[in-house]
Amino acid sequence: MSESTAADKIPVTVLTGYLGAGKTTLLNRILSENHGKKYAVIVNEFGEIGIDNDLIIGADEEVFEMNNGCVCCTVRGDLVRILEGLMKRKGKFDAIIVETTGLADPAPVAQTFFVDEDVQENARLDAVVTVADAKWLSDRLKDAPEAKNQIAFADVIVLNKTDLVTPAELAEVEGRIHAINPYAKLHRTERCQVALSDVLERGAFDLDRILEIEPEFLEADDHDHDHHDHDHEHCHDENCGHDHHHHGHDHHHDHGHGHGMKHYHDEDMQSLSLRTSKALDPSKFMPWLQQLVATEGQKILRSKGILSFTGDDDRYVFQGVHMMLEGTHQRPWKDGEPRESRLVFIGRELPEQAIRDGFEQCVTT
Amino acid sequence: MASFDPPENSASIVSVTDRVKSIDLGSAVTAIHFLGDVAAFVGDEEAVTLVTPEAETTRLPIHSGAVLCVASDGNRIVTGGDDGKVVQLSRKGEVTTLATDAKRRWIDNVALHDDGAVAWSSGKTAFVRSVKGEEKSHEVKSTVGGLAFAPKGLRLAISHYNGVSLWFPNMAATPEGLEWAGSHLGVTFSPDNKFLITAMHEPALHGWRLADARHMRMTGYPSRVRSMSWNGSGKLLATSGADTVIIWPFASKDGPMGKEPAMLAPVPARVSAVACHPREDILAAGYTNGTILLVRITDGAEILVRKNDDAAVTALGWNAKGSLLAFAVGDGKAGLLTL
Repeated sequence: MSESTAADKIPVTVLTGYLGAGKTTLLNRILSENHGKKYAVIVNEFGEIGIDNDLIIGADEEVFEMNNGCVCCTVRGDLVRILEGLMKRKGKFDAIIVETTGLADPAPVAQTFFVDEDVQENARLDAVVTVADAKWLSDRLKDAPEAKNQIAFADVIVLNKTDLVTPAELAEVEGRIHAINPYAKLHRTERCQVALSDVLERGAFDLDRILEIEPEFLEADDHDHDHHDHDHEHCHDENCGHDHHHHGHDHHHDHGHGHGMKHYHDEDMQSLSLRTSKALDPSKFMPWLQQLVATEGQKILRSKGILSFTGDDDRYVFQGVHMMLEGTHQRPWKDGEPRESRLVFIGRELPEQAIRDGFEQCVTT
Repeated sequence: MASFDPPENSASIVSVTDRVKSIDLGSAVTAIHFLGDVAAFVGDEEAVTLVTPEAETTRLPIHSGAVLCVASDGNRIVTGGDDGKVVQLSRKGEVTTLATDAKRRWIDNVALHDDGAVAWSSGKTAFVRSVKGEEKSHEVKSTVGGLAFAPKGLRLAISHYNGVSLWFPNMAATPEGLEWAGSHLGVTFSPDNKFLITAMHEPALHGWRLADARHMRMTGYPSRVRSMSWNGSGKLLATSGADTVIIWPFASKDGPMGKEPAMLAPVPARVSAVACHPREDILAAGYTNGTILLVRITDGAEILVRKNDDAAVTALGWNAKGSLLAFAVGDGKAGLLTL
């Protein structure tokens, strides 16, 4: 449909985080650091940004339902309008950052990029970055569903104010984050001192980069897996400060188990990963997946997958936000590359057994 | 119009492409309005370029950033910008700032009344300034999507999420609300003041018969309707958004209800701009592939004004007499056709 290539599209980073976590601190850093790039920033409250920039736009965070019979299909109406206005100044900035309020659900922002044709034409969602307060997040995960949504939705989590907690408290909060969303890149910071390259230009919603940027996607929750056909830098925070360039079997041993990291189970929000080395039957899988998101889409916040279909020499990749899915034939499987299918769902009260059973039905025997 | 004379059963389309004066504006155009016989090409950013029928150009700066909205009554052009300003360009070429938003918020919409009143909106607030300079404002529940003055009386339609508010700035009464679920953007009254039509965020139009607020759903578009134009008699509404020009009939008391729209000038691209001739039943249609056609509404006969290329037609405009058609394509290619 769209003739613009991904490279022509303006990357948009969504910056979320509960009240007081440090979003504004991070935003001020992004705007004041000497990186030679110009950002247009859509903020929910004017005046908090202490930097003069004619490309700071105040937004009203208006969530609109689409008239398409899909109950969770909400978009940010103000964002559609602001992006349209900003596109008139294309060339005057390199990227856009959308700051949400502390109580916002990131889904309508992300869905705006799936639903609106004009937005899709000109801009691409880069990543959802969530700033979390190391001291208070554990409490907020108990009493604030918004905070949990923001963690579950994140591609990148900036765990801020780590200087204000003990190592035990830090281990606990990281364990709780991991229980909800083991796929996000986690960065420990003080005063949001994170390399900007770790939060910007992540390509987290780029179907072509589903694997490349998220090695955890391959490996998390998977301790018996011994294929290592990639060589990415691996910086899980549990492992940081250790040899995180090293990729061997013992990595998995470290992961999640080493360093006394506690295992938590979040009663409410979980992730679920599925895999099989047998080919999937596309005539069964596609209807199953569509039916799954149609019926359980309100519970499923994010989904991603890399799929191997019978009689298909291409890798198929997909991602979704609630009921919205997009997918494409990515590239041919390489010689010697294991033709494995892997799926991940992050969501609230996921019907795990039903999903596993349904997936099993799509595997060819 | 003598020039519109397609031969019967011609094998190839009649072309007037050789009669187009090309103009290179160098930057994208958001709207075209004529002030007399001078075409004003309002840029996406910063400036208006005035072009005489002889294709002499003059560039006038109007905003310090993006031009977000434009309206004209034929005697002046009013624009709103992301610099928070409402700016007027007169027929004499004088540029004046009519208003500046105190918080430098974007001016999202503007509208003009024939009596000289001006309306604009920023966020959820709509403002009206009467000819006497009296200013009033009204806040709606969500961001204003579009503004239009009714043809009679000082009455402003303010579209927003879930409907339209009809506001009489000179009356203390609460504005009348027309409700329909969804986000309403562009808004227009039928010239006979009987119907109100909005372009929705979804690919659809919604209309109300003003006498009884009866709903009219106009759906079936593959993409959002960004351009709407009433024909000279005010009984037909031509719209963009599909691969043909979709024309809704408003002559009867029920408007288009129960009737099929006319679908003219199919091209393997989407219609991106439409502009009806001010007097004759002819319209100009611009497409996403750069094609521009003149189309006779009565029988769909076509004349080629511009051949396709890569970029979309962004704006079309006629002078009041209907003797000049101006267009803009992509990032600043433009042209003027004398009929």
